[in-house]
Amino acid sequence: MRESTLKPQAAEPHLPGETGVWMFIIGDVVIFSLFFGVFIYYRAADVALYAASQLTLNQVLGAFNTVLLLSSSWFVALAVHAARHARARLSARLLVAAAGCGIGFVIVKYFEWSEKIGAGYTLVTNDFFMYYFLLTGIHLLHVLIGIGVLSFLWSVIVKGDTSENTIVVLESGASFWHLVDILWIALFALLYLMR
Amino acid sequence: MTLNSRITYIWIVLILATFLSWQFGHGFGFGEDYRSATTAILVITFIKIRFVFLDFMELRAAPLPLRLAFETWGIGMCAILVGLYWTGA
Repeated sequence: MRESTLKPQAAEPHLPGETGVWMFIIGDVVIFSLFFGVFIYYRAADVALYAASQLTLNQVLGAFNTVLLLSSSWFVALAVHAARHARARLSARLLVAAAGCGIGFVIVKYFEWSEKIGAGYTLVTNDFFMYYFLLTGIHLLHVLIGIGVLSFLWSVIVKGDTSENTIVVLESGASFWHLVDILWIALFALLYLMR
Repeated sequence: MTLNSRITYIWIVLILATFLSWQFGHGFGFGEDYRSATTAILVITFIKIRFVFLDFMELRAAPLPLRLAFETWGIGMCAILVGLYWTGA
């Protein structure tokens, strides 16, 4: 018997979700890549200002929000997996947990921004804070849309429907939510951590 | 390893990597060498992003061109950001 016949057949490549969602994801990644590049380019031109401004940020809240979004992505990945195994109720519960983490992120961001604005730091304070409010603001918009997407996914899966069409819808929404996570992972490093 | 347990292991690694890079920003591992610390923070960031792409977004099982596009983006973006950082460091 030839060796190849002994090996299990490799699974066919599978694109999770709709092609259109991936076009959007690619577009968003390109736009944020420009944001990241522009931020770090201007930071390199005035390191002292950016470093001093960064010291005023609350790293604990930034790290906590990172944990919230990573956990949210984890719940969503498990929800997709559960739905594929026809476990609709478990999938729905995992989506609630994911949306809960997303709402937690928004609440933390509200307190973080309030703290900054209360201390007199706004969009016009300096270049660092312009990027800080702009980038975290655009990302927050993604989070809010993402929470809406997760709620929609929940409304579909909670009916117990785990058909192929539903799985595609679930995969599409999940891919968008993971993108939101990815963008925050980069923003956390650029705005809060790098020295 | 089941897919479920792999997803969970990846999540644990991502959380640990977050705390590691956070501590790199406070002198852990690199002391006063903040430039190396920042380079490590950026590299860890793109390793984290790679695992979210591959295992949460399931690019590991996606058509190869799409996976390669995101892998190339990750390496290229990390290199550009590290390069731009060092021009001002």
